[in-house]
Amino acid sequence: MTWVFDHLGLLGDLTVTHVYLSVLPVVIGLIIAIPLGWAASRWRPARAILLTVSGLLYTIPSLALIVILPALISTKTLDPVNVIITLTVYTIALLVRSIADALSSVPPTIVAAATAIGYRPLKRFVGVEFPLAIPVVVAGLRVAMVSNISLVSVGALIGIAGYGQLFTNGFQLQFVTEIVTGIVATLVLALIADLVLQLIGRLVTPWTRVGR
Amino acid sequence: MNLLTSWLFDPANWSGSTGVPARLVEHLWYTALALVIAVVIGFPLGAMVGHTKRGGFVLVGAANVLRALPTVGVLTLVVLLAGIGLIPPIAALTLLAIPPIMAGAYAGIGAVEPVVVDAARGVGMTEREILFQVEIPNAMPLIFGGVRSAALQVVATATIAAYVGLGGFGRYVFDGLALHDYPQMAGGAILVAVLAVLVELVLTGVQRLVVSPGLRPVRTSGGIQR
Repeated sequence: MTWVFDHLGLLGDLTVTHVYLSVLPVVIGLIIAIPLGWAASRWRPARAILLTVSGLLYTIPSLALIVILPALISTKTLDPVNVIITLTVYTIALLVRSIADALSSVPPTIVAAATAIGYRPLKRFVGVEFPLAIPVVVAGLRVAMVSNISLVSVGALIGIAGYGQLFTNGFQLQFVTEIVTGIVATLVLALIADLVLQLIGRLVTPWTRVGR
Repeated sequence: MNLLTSWLFDPANWSGSTGVPARLVEHLWYTALALVIAVVIGFPLGAMVGHTKRGGFVLVGAANVLRALPTVGVLTLVVLLAGIGLIPPIAALTLLAIPPIMAGAYAGIGAVEPVVVDAARGVGMTEREILFQVEIPNAMPLIFGGVRSAALQVVATATIAAYVGLGGFGRYVFDGLALHDYPQMAGGAILVAVLAVLVELVLTGVQRLVVSPGLRPVRTSGGIQR
């Protein structure tokens, strides 16, 4: 424990980096996945293409993609941008399918009713269809978030900052406390991120708790 | 593109004890070992909870904690506690594979229609027969889905075994990193990626064989499939 209190500054820095590297891809991924999921739910060919591509992307290991990216987009090998792009790709691959499925499962009668009272397609999507898909989207975001948090640690093996550095450093110094601190910090961060997402999910869907 | 392919297509890297075929065997060996242990531990637990419908809350909670457990942390910790060898990477990969396998068995068996189970009980099947002849075959799509997802994660993550001195495709990634030999690093990464895609394709094929034709998902008009 003394080690932890002596290194609060380091832990703070690593926390900031870890949160930044795992949360930013979820935000960017969500923003990109919404229009893609919408397209996949509207047009059959778009659905076939998007779901096949995202399935394939999801299969490619993240560590592999982090390593290959520099050659594809000429970034530096240890640039954090490689991690952000990789994890964004995974978040999109994961969310496109759940958003498409959630949008397709909005009852046609609701869509018809919204159209009948004068909603134009875009406003109907923002005001009716997407809100109804939120619980599924939040479930997808929770999976993406937890897996991003643990994947950032893997990045430490090839020099990416974050809690993973506690593992590589502790390993090199044969220092168990540092590794255990890293494991606990990762678990706590995953738990907090999950609770925050659940809370946001509840706050933006007040109608799910009415009339029960 | 030469950065990605110059190492990969050099015939010198495809033979001998550090060649691609030898590393492939190592990589698959770690993967298979971890998966088998994870099935032996995770499947009975998930099946038991799914069958008895007791302890679901504890099981889901345990699976979630295991999921959040950082694999590299477990790997390095076990090395410090148990020493270098096969145990640390297999322990880390097994812990990675248990949650999807356990959750798949639990969700699959828990979701078998109660009327089907009651009917089986009604015709006089024992609890054991119900589990093996009714619940497990009916739950096969979700059970296999869990195994497949575990296999994919383990194939991808078996790369880290090389970080603690073992072999597998990760060897190329970490050796390349240490030697500032990017083509070797990228070659290793491409091999892992291709292997993951192949494993996914093979398992998709196997799934067709082990899932009863009566359970194939029925395509409804765009809705979520069950």
